[in-house]
Amino acid sequence: MSTEATPNLAGADGAAQAAPELAETGAVVETPFKRFVSEFFESRVAMGALFTLVAIIVAAILAPLITPQDPYDLGQVDIMDGRLPPGSEAFAEYTMVLGSDGAGRDLYSAILYGLRISLAVGITSGLIAIAIGMSVGLLAAYVGGRVEAIIMRIVDLQLSFPAALVALMLVALLGKGIDKIILALVVAQWAYYARTVRGSALVERSKEYVEAAASLGLSHARIMFRHILPNCLAPLIVVGTIQTAHAIALEATLSFLGVGLPQTEPSLGVLIANGFEYMLSGKYWISVFPGLALLITIVSINLVGDQLRDVLNPRLKR
Amino acid sequence: MTAVDETMENPEIQRDDETAPTLVVENLKTHFFTRIGAVKAVDDVSFSVKTGEILGLAGESGSGKSITGFSILGLIDPPGRVVSGAIRFKGEDLVTATPERLQDLRGNRIAMIFQDPMMTLNPVLRIDTQMIEAIQAHRKMDKKAARQRAYDALEMTGIPSPGERLNAYPHQLSGGMRQRVAIAIAFLNEPDLIIADEPTTALDVTIQAQILHEAQALCKRTGTAMIWITHDLAVVAGLADRIAVMYAGRIVETGVTDDVIDKPLHPYSVGLLGSVPSANKRGERLNQIPGMTPNLIGLPPGCAFKARCPRASDQCDATPEVSELLPGRKIRCHHPHFEEAAQ
Repeated sequence: MSTEATPNLAGADGAAQAAPELAETGAVVETPFKRFVSEFFESRVAMGALFTLVAIIVAAILAPLITPQDPYDLGQVDIMDGRLPPGSEAFAEYTMVLGSDGAGRDLYSAILYGLRISLAVGITSGLIAIAIGMSVGLLAAYVGGRVEAIIMRIVDLQLSFPAALVALMLVALLGKGIDKIILALVVAQWAYYARTVRGSALVERSKEYVEAAASLGLSHARIMFRHILPNCLAPLIVVGTIQTAHAIALEATLSFLGVGLPQTEPSLGVLIANGFEYMLSGKYWISVFPGLALLITIVSINLVGDQLRDVLNPRLKR
Repeated sequence: MTAVDETMENPEIQRDDETAPTLVVENLKTHFFTRIGAVKAVDDVSFSVKTGEILGLAGESGSGKSITGFSILGLIDPPGRVVSGAIRFKGEDLVTATPERLQDLRGNRIAMIFQDPMMTLNPVLRIDTQMIEAIQAHRKMDKKAARQRAYDALEMTGIPSPGERLNAYPHQLSGGMRQRVAIAIAFLNEPDLIIADEPTTALDVTIQAQILHEAQALCKRTGTAMIWITHDLAVVAGLADRIAVMYAGRIVETGVTDDVIDKPLHPYSVGLLGSVPSANKRGERLNQIPGMTPNLIGLPPGCAFKARCPRASDQCDATPEVSELLPGRKIRCHHPHFEEAAQ
């Protein structure tokens, strides 16, 4: 008994999963989540990226409260304010810090409202795609055999087309609108998640704790979703973060090409497209500021995703 | 054999018999159908375990002892399959049972303890979550009651401060503690049979002795029958009531532990016991059984041990049948060490 009462000894055999100091079995139990958080904030870049991302999301959510103009309300948009450089006074007596676009929208307001749409579309489509891809991938890995073969060949087929092409075709087919864009992005993305989850679920499935769970008489659904899935979450979170950035970029691409969201509800892609024709005439701000907003958003999501990958990947541990 | 069948199929006869076995395995054959041929992992295995009895299933790696355990639980994955034979658990045939029935029995009436405690607990779930789940899979019990039951089970295995262990994650526990948790989980639903698949192999010797002691005491106290699978005869010697020695998918010798250890009849058992290091042979070279475990694919007919057996003869080309040489001693051999045992 004495050997077991010394908790520090536990570290030696648990070394594969835990740093020795974490094997303390004192009254305060450090959850894997707490350890994860402290490791995440070890990198200043990641901290900054996360801070930027949170600021962007908060600004997007609070857009109606912190912007001088509602760019969707045509009553507030004055065509006479069109193409004003940054810092100009608008007709309605407020300063257009970032200037205005061709239709007279205040760019600062339009960017925040556009971010709302871009983030909403990216995150919603990401979540739906994760739910679908995760279930399908998990099922493939768990059931195996013919079911797995069929699912994974569909995934392969899907992944052999560029995501932009798939989304473009679908939007062209379905028409404009947020719901259609989301659908197109889900279709373009689910296969990545399916492949990711299937890969890690295959590894987890062969582990002994799955057999032990089966020997306890737990149902297949329970073993799949409660035992295998949580162990596959690490790569899923990483891929999910990066894919959300992709989805936002893809939505901007579609909108830029004019097949995405309508002109009346400009997302970042629409704003960039609107300013594109004025680039050569020196009215850079119409395209550049929405572009910068898009860039910062995507870069910060990617940086957060990179750090998540480093923290969640045991092989990269120092 | 027919007489036995009738006994098992007629519950009234069974009820009269006080020592009705918890589990009877008859002529079990579990084969794996691979591309290069059928692997006869378990080939014509018969044994029984009574209530409160510990049966030691001994044999080297690849002798089919674990597969026998998994066959009982109905956890053989393709390409493997129970080809023939019967597994009667309290009179109910598990080979023909529906998957739902088996799922209901698993973890409830028949539980399993696995070899490596590092691997058998889910790393992302807390101990209490995993234990409560095991209870609630089989009986309607609210979370609080289930947690109390989990606490009691942990306490029963002699784990220090069970309350803290319940809130811990598996990586925070040592190997010995994890194996105690695994044992507690096995006993949670008060099963009639526990299959322990080398549960002490991954532990160091002091912990091993404690776990053996706890498991034995728990079995005797609860009347649970146990099959203790091991490659280490020294472990079984102090623990099991009876021993079955397996070689290449077949049980070659069964008997009461002391008899088998003291007077092994099968040349393989003799070799196995001869290779156990002991204090009075210190400094001498250990005896070893020449050769390797045969490849189970394309095993030639006859006794599987003949190539390594010092007593082999032409007679061994024919598969030896099971014979009961002494009362309670069943053996599969043409040339048993009978004379030595009789002395």
